[in-house]
Amino acid sequence: MSAQNSEESLSRSQNRRITWDGCSVLLDINDGDRVLFARLTAGSKIKIGNNSCSLQPLIGCPFGSSFQVEVGGDGPFLARVIPSTEGNNLVEKMDSQIMEESRDNRAIVDNNTAQTLTGEDIDDMRRKGVTGDEIVEALIANSATFEKKTAFSQEKYRIKKQKKYAPRVLLRRPFARSICEAYFKKHAEKIGFLRVDTLSVMLSLANVTAHSDVLVVDMLDGIVTGAVAERLGGTGYVCNTYCGITPYPINIVRMFNFSDQTCKRILHASLAELRPTPSGTSASIDEVEDACNANRQQNTEALSPSSAIDLVSMEESYSGNMETATIVAASPKSSKSIKAGEKAPLEAIKSWKENGFSSLIIAAPDLDVWGIAKELVPLLSYSAPFVIYHQYLQPLASCMHNLQIEKMAIGLQLSEPWLREYQVLPSRTHPHMQMSSSGGYLLSGTRITGSDQPQPN
Amino acid sequence: MLPVDPTNKLSFNRRIMEGDLVVVYERYDSMKPVKVTENGVLQNRFGVFKHSDWIGKAFGSKVFSNKGGFVYLLAPTPELWTLVLSHRTQILYIADISFVVMYLEIVPGCVVLESGTGSGSLTTSLARAVAPNGHVFTFDFHEQRAASAREDFERTGLSSLVTVGVRDIQGEGFPDEFLGQADSVFLDLPQPWLAIPSASKVLQQDGVLCSFSPCIEQVQRSCETLKSHFTDIRTFEVLLHAYEVREGNLESWQDSDGGLHKSNKKRQRSGNGLESSKPKTIMARRNGETRGHTGYLTFARLKCTM
Repeated sequence: MSAQNSEESLSRSQNRRITWDGCSVLLDINDGDRVLFARLTAGSKIKIGNNSCSLQPLIGCPFGSSFQVEVGGDGPFLARVIPSTEGNNLVEKMDSQIMEESRDNRAIVDNNTAQTLTGEDIDDMRRKGVTGDEIVEALIANSATFEKKTAFSQEKYRIKKQKKYAPRVLLRRPFARSICEAYFKKHAEKIGFLRVDTLSVMLSLANVTAHSDVLVVDMLDGIVTGAVAERLGGTGYVCNTYCGITPYPINIVRMFNFSDQTCKRILHASLAELRPTPSGTSASIDEVEDACNANRQQNTEALSPSSAIDLVSMEESYSGNMETATIVAASPKSSKSIKAGEKAPLEAIKSWKENGFSSLIIAAPDLDVWGIAKELVPLLSYSAPFVIYHQYLQPLASCMHNLQIEKMAIGLQLSEPWLREYQVLPSRTHPHMQMSSSGGYLLSGTRITGSDQPQPN
Repeated sequence: MLPVDPTNKLSFNRRIMEGDLVVVYERYDSMKPVKVTENGVLQNRFGVFKHSDWIGKAFGSKVFSNKGGFVYLLAPTPELWTLVLSHRTQILYIADISFVVMYLEIVPGCVVLESGTGSGSLTTSLARAVAPNGHVFTFDFHEQRAASAREDFERTGLSSLVTVGVRDIQGEGFPDEFLGQADSVFLDLPQPWLAIPSASKVLQQDGVLCSFSPCIEQVQRSCETLKSHFTDIRTFEVLLHAYEVREGNLESWQDSDGGLHKSNKKRQRSGNGLESSKPKTIMARRNGETRGHTGYLTFARLKCTM
């Protein structure tokens, strides 16, 4: 295990498994029904149903732990639920039943009289401090049809009631995987309908690894930048480039728990700054610099995360069929940590001009991709890979054709990721009834040198 | 293959040197790994290529044979390696590999355990993800296969990130020294359920396991076993559909002449030079024959009991 010892501290700081004060977390409520991002502080709260609960009990807990809303003397609070490690007897018993299930729905009549407990009864139980789990049991005991249901629908009934009366909160680590999945589920448009498997293939095709210098055009609010930075582990650079003077916002980057080391590696530079300097005109770089300085004020404004919001909720704009739940923001705290997405220093730009970038990722849903590719592919080192994402096929097909004609790249591949999830249960295994039918398209290739002539022998 | 030593990474100024591993690219479906030696030659259908002509050129260069045929010399990446490595077993391809690395939440510094090693296709990408300071411990019960994999990692410069062990993980489980040490575990075994109890011991709390199985019966049995110590058990299938793109010259119907043969018409048109003025259409379609199934990927997270 020699690999661990030498740089243990680095490893630990990047891969912490216990939450801390100020850490960013992903809260999965009721098994994916609601997913939201939060920053754990003494004052932060979340609203579940009608209950507002402090997130304080979550600080110092391992990621992966579950919590349930309990009602105590001081009102509702989140209590840790420890699962049993050994085989869940109930589930096993149920499974064996299902194998030889003979019940069906012939005796079930949908006339809304099956449940004898009324809303008032339940409110009354709640006032008396009856726990959510007990309410669920009471509902089952008072259901006239429960016993007639198949074991599978009994379980479904139980889960439905449990979600309503005893909601669970699962504490998750914010990783590219979980962040992308959470967005794709609720706000796919914010990340350009980029599905997690597509993002994973992009990181592979762009050969993202420690010590690489990755050029990105990330118009997906920082999901690509964040995913790349996660793979750099505080080495190399991810440089987000743009035309004009205002860098693209990268708000999603804040949801990762990046160390200062990693944040330092997330930079931006305009296309004008990255373009090769025409030989002989040393003035041009100064001009660009002046232009950038003049606009620095503006850049900072555009970039700086809306600092008053300490809790990042995906639900701000969400007013839907879920129980109303809002995030109560904690008092804004001035963050001492290094901000991700600073302007690239001159020496970094100089090094990129001398060496080229080691790979390129373009995710620009609203721009002509060929227009971007023809500017940026030449900024790559020879033999460096690139990948372009788009939710439509056509722009990539045209871009591929142009790259072929211009002989800028080889190994061009236009592909579409496909992902299907399965329900795996004894005797009831099948693909999910619903699936995402489009995770977007990818165009990838490798840059080649320009010289095309046979060398004289 | 990886910029483990940052001074040696790809750049405009990095030249091909003796001892470098290059991927010789003929076409997208025809590539070959070659170690550059001073007196080496590569012979293929395009002629004879002398390695000595390559030395000093940039990666990504086009090089010519004695007959004027040409190939490109590329710097190896895990993706290219997957396409050129010698298949000692069935291997994982890019779609599955990428999904596994992301879903296992592998980041720099992670400790990852894998069994079996097979041809090392996935291992190469695991190494890329844990670099610079993590480590992949991979096990195969086949001594000779493990040795070949070790040679490959030497060749691709990944030895400092990968350790290959000879061990029957289904029979003996992972070694005790890894108890509670692994961030992620990957299983590609015929009877993964036999290795799952051991995997649950070597994983850290909340660590992720992935099992790759071609058959649904294997998945079924694995999921049964996973239930006792794991949560968030999910099974997926991933594929990557490739498209071919071509420029089409679709004539307008109004200009056409019913059943008159198309090729005649074409010849006439190219004769009078009208063709170039017609707008062309870029058309894309899925490749005809494709990989339809590789395997099912089952992921699960070790329950948190602390």
